[in-house]
Amino acid sequence: MEVLKIATAGSVDDGKSTLIGRLLYDTKSLTSDKLEAIEKKSKQLGYDYLDFSLATDGLVAEREQGITIDVAHIYFSTANKSYIIADTPGHVEYTRNMVTGASTSQVAIVLIDARKGVIEQTNRHFFINNLLRIKTVIVAINKMDLVDFSEEKYNAIKADFEALMSKRDYQDQKITFIPVSALKGDNVVNKSDKTPWYKGETLLENLENIDNQDVFNVGTPRYPVQYVIRPKTDEFHDFRGYAGKVYGGELSVGDDVVILPSETKSKIKEILFYDKKVQTASRRSSVLITLKDDVNISRGDMIVRANDLPKREKEFTATISWMDSQNLKAGNKYIVQHGVNKVLAKVDRIHHKINPDYSGVDDTVEALAINDIATVSFKLNKPIFYDAFKDHRTNGSFILVDSKSNNTVGAGFIQ
Amino acid sequence: MKDTSSINPLENEAIYIMREVAAQFEKPVLLFSGGKDSITLVRLAQKAFYPAKIPFPLMHIDTGHNFPETIEFRDRLVKELGLELIVRDVQDSIDEGKVKEESGRYASRNQLQTTTLLDAIEEFKFDACIGGARRDEEKARAKERIFSVRDDFGQWDEKNQRPELFDMLNGNIELGQNVRVFPISNWTELDVWSYIQKEQIEIPSIYFAHTRATFLRDGLIWSADDAVVYRDDEEEVVERIVRFRTVGDMSCTAAVLSEAADISSVVQEIRESSISERGARIDDKRSEAAMEKRKQQGYF
Repeated sequence: MEVLKIATAGSVDDGKSTLIGRLLYDTKSLTSDKLEAIEKKSKQLGYDYLDFSLATDGLVAEREQGITIDVAHIYFSTANKSYIIADTPGHVEYTRNMVTGASTSQVAIVLIDARKGVIEQTNRHFFINNLLRIKTVIVAINKMDLVDFSEEKYNAIKADFEALMSKRDYQDQKITFIPVSALKGDNVVNKSDKTPWYKGETLLENLENIDNQDVFNVGTPRYPVQYVIRPKTDEFHDFRGYAGKVYGGELSVGDDVVILPSETKSKIKEILFYDKKVQTASRRSSVLITLKDDVNISRGDMIVRANDLPKREKEFTATISWMDSQNLKAGNKYIVQHGVNKVLAKVDRIHHKINPDYSGVDDTVEALAINDIATVSFKLNKPIFYDAFKDHRTNGSFILVDSKSNNTVGAGFIQ
Repeated sequence: MKDTSSINPLENEAIYIMREVAAQFEKPVLLFSGGKDSITLVRLAQKAFYPAKIPFPLMHIDTGHNFPETIEFRDRLVKELGLELIVRDVQDSIDEGKVKEESGRYASRNQLQTTTLLDAIEEFKFDACIGGARRDEEKARAKERIFSVRDDFGQWDEKNQRPELFDMLNGNIELGQNVRVFPISNWTELDVWSYIQKEQIEIPSIYFAHTRATFLRDGLIWSADDAVVYRDDEEEVVERIVRFRTVGDMSCTAAVLSEAADISSVVQEIRESSISERGARIDDKRSEAAMEKRKQQGYF
């Protein structure tokens, strides 16, 4: 069954958790004991409705404060598809979580409160989804019940959002607008009779009709070697296989390949998935490849088609989303984890900070603080094999790891 | 099979995670409970490293209150696949005075496992423990990372988790820390059952309908095994046809009435079911934040 990962973005009180709860409730994904817990808690809090946000707000601190503070994953499925929702928080200070949730998602839902319309944070949510090149964005204009399901209001918000779209970098992004009331259930799973002027699909119909193959950016095949398998048993005495995941495109038996960094040439001899031999490794599959020649390959090396080489550089410029409370400054050293490959990197220069609300750039900054987004140049201690993020979502991205704290401190998108 | 396009994306993801563990850590271990999730992990590990053997041992923290069918199954599986199994007993932790056995109606050794587990991690210097927890099981687990760092004391700091971006897994840790790894994080209960069916994976017999001496408490059905499960005299023992949806300790795992005697009827039943899996686990009902608290202390 196909799996579709969805990132959600909305400001505090836009009703994001309620929307997710509503999706679960109307698709009958809430089990009776969970529903019972929600009913009990809603009653305890004195509500005369079911507070579906209680279905998703996981941690104790969140329940106390009544807000979502981290990325939570929620699961539901229809006969057609399995869905994973990354529920990411909407506060100004949590850009980090939004980037994280969006990095693994193929679809994003941006929530707008119909009473407030497009606000500064909407710009930010849209900016991040566009930066991460999420192919499909659904703009759910929520709380329509509080504006009397006004078509005029809906159209005004839509026009404001469209003005924002003209500023985006990634123009091929597909954007759909849907008027909803998460609390009352209008146009979430069931079509509303209060919006006769809206002829489009409900939120769920829209998700159901997304072509799953289409949401993954297609590029050239890249095969970073994860693990070398040498069984050294009688049956497989001289066997040497390279385990990994195929990104971007597909690789087939007989393909002429080059192994980086050695630049050795060879041919793909076999492709295995467990004990089955296959002709072609499709993108996103975890396989095992053997080569015609005896080549010295280790983890972090990359197998690519001979006529399709990535860039091979000891420096690059990237858009960085900074996620640590310790500032990033020129001269600082980090580990760049590019797929399964790790290299040491030094910050060469911070070019400029990008205001994620589309209000321009700031080229006077000396340091990046948590939640900043900026263009930064790095120098590496050895070359990596990369593509620009716009051409290859996987091979153009990396994470920054602090070698002292071991924490993941940033995400990067190579320009 | 001509190409790999029809392969389950969740299976691909889990295999990728297994390989990252083997590559990034010195001494990984697979925490094996004898339940369906950890049996699924064993199959995924086989697939990840074929034709080589699984490059890490299995470890079972045995509470001594397991269903006998589970233990019998465990030993057979390990023998058939030629795996290395480490067993550490909660009874030893009790005997050494490290933990105190609970008493009364709701006595369970479930919480005591944590001490035995942390001691074993220290004894073998394991730096990565692969577990079968899934995010759909429970609200606190929904926020768990795939690589989840534990400090020297095995504690989970849920407010200070590393962000996980793309499919890049950061396994950098300090000496003394370890990482809990959850390769089937993104699977649901139904995904696991469907996989077991498709792969024809053998699981312990208690997952299928059988006749069992049971009693009722708090609306749940308990196995009447007086040596392990506390029972009042008023709590009458009745033979019922039941099965277990989850396999933990006898003292905290309730049965469900079911006629599903084979895998396809179990999958069918799960598909139609309206009670979530952990609904049959009394340890979570203790309080709404029960799981989160246990996780902070180092529980699986």
